[in-house]
Amino acid sequence: MKYHEIKDLLRQCHGFATLCEEDLDLMAKCGVNAVFREGQLLAQEGHPADLFYLIRNGKVAIETHVPHRGTVTLQSLGTGEVVGWSWLFPPYLWMFDVRALEDTRVISLDGKCLREKCEANHSLGFRLMKTFMGTLVARVHDARLQVLDVYHSPQGG
Amino acid sequence: MSNGHVLTPVATEVLSVRHELRDTATLSLLPPPGGAPFAPGQFSMLYVMGLGEIPISLSGDPAESGLWIHTIRGVGNVSQALVRAIPGDRIGVRGPFGSAWPLDRARGRDVLVVAGGIGLAPLRPLIYRLAAEPEAYGRITVLYGARTPEDILYFHQLQAWKESARFHVRVTVDSGADDWSGNLGPVTHLISPVDFDPASVVVFTCGPEIMMRFVIRLLLGLGVAGERIFLSMERNMKCAVGFCGHCQYGPHFVCKEGPVFGYDQVAHLLAEKER
Repeated sequence: MKYHEIKDLLRQCHGFATLCEEDLDLMAKCGVNAVFREGQLLAQEGHPADLFYLIRNGKVAIETHVPHRGTVTLQSLGTGEVVGWSWLFPPYLWMFDVRALEDTRVISLDGKCLREKCEANHSLGFRLMKTFMGTLVARVHDARLQVLDVYHSPQGG
Repeated sequence: MSNGHVLTPVATEVLSVRHELRDTATLSLLPPPGGAPFAPGQFSMLYVMGLGEIPISLSGDPAESGLWIHTIRGVGNVSQALVRAIPGDRIGVRGPFGSAWPLDRARGRDVLVVAGGIGLAPLRPLIYRLAAEPEAYGRITVLYGARTPEDILYFHQLQAWKESARFHVRVTVDSGADDWSGNLGPVTHLISPVDFDPASVVVFTCGPEIMMRFVIRLLLGLGVAGERIFLSMERNMKCAVGFCGHCQYGPHFVCKEGPVFGYDQVAHLLAEKER
């Protein structure tokens, strides 16, 4: 896949809507096309978070392993969504496993390279930080809503 | 309204019972004699002899005038008795009551339906209407959230709508077992501006009040105007005609002015804490 096609895909991503052309250029240069087959891991808990992904097509699960319960899925992410923010925040380690729930095509982005560019250019760093904080805040809201267990049976008539 | 006084239930027969979930059933009833056709969003008062009366949304196809269909989740004495009903049982019914989903406001525009839990039931008549003439609307998106895969209401119907070329249906659960390969996360996570034009979309939402608050907040953040968001409120309705005041919600009686409200009508009340 060519660089300008990757840039177009990044531009179409709602999460990257606030990024300027220059930033998209830079990110596109750090991106490559990748495919994960159903069941394959995109990331492993505790491993260095040097990459992140934009899902072009497919679905992945954010998972963790709980003793005596096995694998627990915390959230699923689908087409057009960004997977991973750990590359931007210390200790730069994946917090959870990410597994393809079906054959999934992604743009794999070199987070380590971008992180180094952010350190060298704080203006870029601030813009990317704001962008990924938006994703992070949305995921925190999702998690809080899940914890509320809103569909639990109320008492009634 | 049926013959007799609006406050007097009319006895009717349970024609069939469909057990949807472990605590939820759908009853098909003969409409009360002379009963008016219902509009999507309206509700009936169902009376179990000797136990009491509760408001239940009409959840069937408004085009099927010969049946009144109600989906009931057993959470109290009366609703549990209704869930246990069998064909041939007689129950009391009054209605239909309340305001309807203003579907005419959505003609020619994108439509977003966001439902959670049993909140899909009051929206189902509206979805039937959308399905009857999808060409009258823009893109139609139905988003539904349930607690677990076992709690997904109208599973087969959702599948059928999903297979319809004119419908975009997505279902999610808050928690799922290992074998669940569908979406997992709150219903808010399914809301994507890719599905609709925020500048013109009309939104209909029903579910737990806190879910609707989060849904509406997110939509407002995407630029959807409050005047194009409609929600169905649930309160302790007793008389159903605005006499008794049990369902008072700020300046509104939910049974009479609601249950369907425009967001702008109730925005100031949604943030109020119960005392």
